[in-house]
Amino acid sequence: MAVKNYVLVCGGSACESAKGNDIYKSLLHQAEVQGVSNDLQIVKTGCFGFCEKGPIVKVLPDEAFYVEVKPEDAEDIISENIVKGRMVDRLLYKEEGKKEYKPENIKFYQKQKRIVLRNCGLIDPESIDEYIARDGYLGLEKALFELTPQQILDELKKSGLRGRGGAGFPTGLKWSFTQRIDADQKYVVCNADEGDPGAYMDRATLEGDPHSVIEAMIIAGKCVGADKGAIYIRAEYPLAIKRLEIAMDQARERGLLGDNILGTDFSFDLEIRLGAGAFVCGEETALLASIEGKRGMPIPKPPFPAAKGLFGKPTVINNVETYANIPVIISKGGDWFARYGTEGSKGTKVFALTGKIKNSGLIEVPMGTTLREIVFDIGGGIPNGKKFKAVQTGGPSGGVLTEDFLDTPIDFDSLISVGSMMGSGGMIVMDEDDCMVDVAKFYLDFCVEESCGKCAPCRIGTKKLYEILSKISQGKGEIEDLQKMKDMGQAMKKASLCGLGQTAPNPVLSVLNAFEEEVLEHINDGKCRAGKCKDLVQYSIDESKCIGCTVCARKCPVNCISGDRKVAHVIDQSRCVKCGACYDSCKFGAVLVS
Amino acid sequence: MEMVNIKLNGKPLQVKAGTSILKAALTDEIKIPALCAHDDLDAWAACGLCVCKVEGSPKMVRACATEVVEGQNYITHDPELQEIRTTVLEMILSNHPQECLTCGRSNTCELQSLAGDFGIREIPYEMDIKDIEADKSTPSIVLDPRKCVSCGRCALVCQQLQNVWALEFLERGHKTRIAPAGGVLLNESPCIKCGQCSAHCPVGAIYEKDETRKFLAAVRDESKHVSVQIAPAVRVALGEAFGMEPGTLVTGKIYAALRKLGADSVFDTNFSADLTIMEEGSELVHRIKNGGILPQITSCCPAWTDYMEKYANDMIPHFSTAKSPMMMQGVMTKTYYADQIGTKAKDIYTVAIMPCTAKKYEITRDDNMWASGEQDMDLVLTTRELARMIKAAGICFDCLEEEDADSPIGAYSGAGTIFGVTGGVMEAAVRTAYKLVTDNELEDLNVHAVRGMAGVRKGVVDFAGTDIKVAVAHGMAHVEEILNEVREAKAKGEEPPYHFIEVMACRGGCIAGGGQPYNTNDTVRAQRVAGLYNDDEKSVTRRSHDNPEIAKIYKDFLGAPMSHKSHELLHTKYQERPIYSK
Repeated sequence: MAVKNYVLVCGGSACESAKGNDIYKSLLHQAEVQGVSNDLQIVKTGCFGFCEKGPIVKVLPDEAFYVEVKPEDAEDIISENIVKGRMVDRLLYKEEGKKEYKPENIKFYQKQKRIVLRNCGLIDPESIDEYIARDGYLGLEKALFELTPQQILDELKKSGLRGRGGAGFPTGLKWSFTQRIDADQKYVVCNADEGDPGAYMDRATLEGDPHSVIEAMIIAGKCVGADKGAIYIRAEYPLAIKRLEIAMDQARERGLLGDNILGTDFSFDLEIRLGAGAFVCGEETALLASIEGKRGMPIPKPPFPAAKGLFGKPTVINNVETYANIPVIISKGGDWFARYGTEGSKGTKVFALTGKIKNSGLIEVPMGTTLREIVFDIGGGIPNGKKFKAVQTGGPSGGVLTEDFLDTPIDFDSLISVGSMMGSGGMIVMDEDDCMVDVAKFYLDFCVEESCGKCAPCRIGTKKLYEILSKISQGKGEIEDLQKMKDMGQAMKKASLCGLGQTAPNPVLSVLNAFEEEVLEHINDGKCRAGKCKDLVQYSIDESKCIGCTVCARKCPVNCISGDRKVAHVIDQSRCVKCGACYDSCKFGAVLVS
Repeated sequence: MEMVNIKLNGKPLQVKAGTSILKAALTDEIKIPALCAHDDLDAWAACGLCVCKVEGSPKMVRACATEVVEGQNYITHDPELQEIRTTVLEMILSNHPQECLTCGRSNTCELQSLAGDFGIREIPYEMDIKDIEADKSTPSIVLDPRKCVSCGRCALVCQQLQNVWALEFLERGHKTRIAPAGGVLLNESPCIKCGQCSAHCPVGAIYEKDETRKFLAAVRDESKHVSVQIAPAVRVALGEAFGMEPGTLVTGKIYAALRKLGADSVFDTNFSADLTIMEEGSELVHRIKNGGILPQITSCCPAWTDYMEKYANDMIPHFSTAKSPMMMQGVMTKTYYADQIGTKAKDIYTVAIMPCTAKKYEITRDDNMWASGEQDMDLVLTTRELARMIKAAGICFDCLEEEDADSPIGAYSGAGTIFGVTGGVMEAAVRTAYKLVTDNELEDLNVHAVRGMAGVRKGVVDFAGTDIKVAVAHGMAHVEEILNEVREAKAKGEEPPYHFIEVMACRGGCIAGGGQPYNTNDTVRAQRVAGLYNDDEKSVTRRSHDNPEIAKIYKDFLGAPMSHKSHELLHTKYQERPIYSK
């Protein structure tokens, strides 16, 4: 019997942790109680992307888009939307200042184009049938029965797909290196060792549509002549791992993985290798070493993994997002894919949009979309009326881009030309409350911890840059420090062995480039204009503005604010730990930062 | 051989395909700075100093790890590279204690020399030295993590060349240090004390335990007769410390220098190498003739013995029970020689000058090293330590007149001297065993089947109609191949694949031991090897059993090889040891 309604519940990690599973169960329970179980299908999907407003529930065919749903809302959703056929107005998403909900008006989605995330939020990732129903495994069928390996390569080359892991190497070319080598064993490896702070594109893809990656890897195996593959994924992605395992089992049951796939003489199987979460293991040679059971340290290239990779054998290695594009490129053709994007960067790019932004979440936009469109149209701009300051792309490997670069079209080459890089897709927005010294320090701190320690420029340079930034943030910086940081940054860029070290100074260098004045303020005036550098900040209370509401005194973790109700309060400077809680909690602008 | 045409700084050059930029540059006398690259090792690309430019590419490449490509123009030196290298060097120096004056590597330190070449006068970055205590747990080497530049050479040597895996990279980032896995001390680790780490370290982070003061104290002690022996390999390497070419034979000068340093008697380990051949050769013949356990495996390398006791102790029954020449010399000095000069073992202080750090460990390795009733060997000094003592004593090494060793345990045959090179023990044994088995002398004394530098060499020697199958391995990583053949044959109940196996822990044998002068590579090895073969060629006697002092010691003291007395004094036992003792 055909069902009348589909209720889609987000099952991504973020929504799950916000009781997504309870919502799912409550919906099932309410459907049962209200006797409509047979009229609907409740599906736990992958990430909808609009994480800011999660947990999200969508009802089809009404296109009702419910946000910030709680388990107790299930009763209304079933009774109103399903039983009575009218949307639950209080749960519907509404654009700022709008009283009405119109599905086509959700700005967050308007400029997006979903290729990688085509199934995320639409299908049950634990159901191979739903994947197949959405043209899943069509690409593989074509690769097995219609295309020669060379024709697969041709499609990839036509598509213009470039690796989404960071460097943007043309995928078809990469595969062709492995394809043309004669070897007794070849491998296909998926890099799912996503580690940029704030980035979760790959996790969401694997949680929402694991078959898309599996299908791509089988196609890669067919194309280059490999019969074994491995997915290297960090162990702290348990949900993604679980869904991958389920998907692999289902694929094996259907004869899509294993011996003689779909009755052909082509065999291919996959295994999952868990990583311990070292950022450097996202570097392909370190990743392969880790799979081999060795310490994850990069080795010099060439030879590239395409020629000499896992266990010394030719190996295709791509990241999750790159693979997720491939089934549709094969099924719809390279020309179709190349319609999206710019001249040099085809297709779309997924970003994890976070930081000081109204609509944080997972977005997928055609290459060439400008930063302005992402930040202000999709992201909805900066919350709390604050001023946009910068956007950081490329995570610890990228740089900060100021307002001047907001009209930069996002693609591999433009970002590099303005001193940042695409990276794997982290995008962090900063407002006037963010201190650029602090931002650079944050990324360097990350790299200090994540440098593998093998090569001197990275091992020593990250620590030294961090130390100098710390000094500056404490007001102890010297003017010579700027040149030291530039010298070391340059040496690290040129002389580090792998991408981690070569790009680790980017956040510092780009801050020095775009915010030199702000850095100089720290050094020359002992001033942090954003009030983030605790050693340079003093909080005080403006008696004329303080109404004695006591909120700040209650928020203060060290109880150093005193004052009677309705009387101006005072901060005891000797005990203040400069956490800023008073400043953040004061609604009257009475807390001053100097 | 396939050649490629490249350009170096615009100048055309033809080099072998597969050559790294670093080595290609050297063929044109262009030196690219590098701290981690070493001829013995695969490129590791850690230090970052050897970066070069490839014309047309925005990226810089590591000269050590990048093979030259036909048609490319490589820029090895220009102002930008100079700046980057200087910055990297300053960064490395900011992590390295400025203790050159009290460092064992002063004057031989590769980092010091780079700092000199680059004219570093101050370090712009804050100093940051690891606060970790030195590991002095072994009798042989000291590991000082504070001085470590994390170049990785020691760990790669320990893992790739020696297959020992005592040293590992621990922790990450700036906390990275090289030490035994699990944070145990070296003495509790699989370390076999071969000291190859110390011979490859570019700085003073791993070095031989300096015991030269003990020597000075002994020679100042009037009540002690200080008796010194020198190992075969020392005589072709010590000269390097005094500016001579590797391989220069300086035996007579060493004898003279030791007497100047205060030695009361100077003997030669080569004598007891001949003695070892008499015992070990007789043991082999005994095993062959009486259906004993074969193959017999040499036991004179203490690092190999330690490796065997830890990693391959199923081979204990195969091990020759003969002690190493050094230990034989020690016990003969404290018994036979003591009798001759009318003194007691306790009044003799025995010192050995060795190319080896493991020898420092060997002298107390078990109770059998007290066969004379006293500790048979009191002190082992490496070639490097002797060089320092000679310099400190103000001796002009070059000016020394050559002297002879003392009698009656100082004369040696050519067979004794080649103990210092891989295959040499085997060759010496063949020369004598041939006589013992056939009662005739071997015609061509140069046993070519066992010479050379291949990691494993296998051969058959015709003992007048009987094929004696032999194998030689050097560099610990090569030994498992041969041992596995022995194990497989045993498991299948087949004839043993060999009669006799020689193993030396260090590549090239003792001539490239862990206590030899620095900067050893295959070129230097070849020169030292040639030095010892020359010493053999020009020897009056080239067979151990022809050494008149050997004949005399058996006649006057030991009786016959494998006699009861020999067994008491010259043979030992082995034991299983845990790989990790903690």
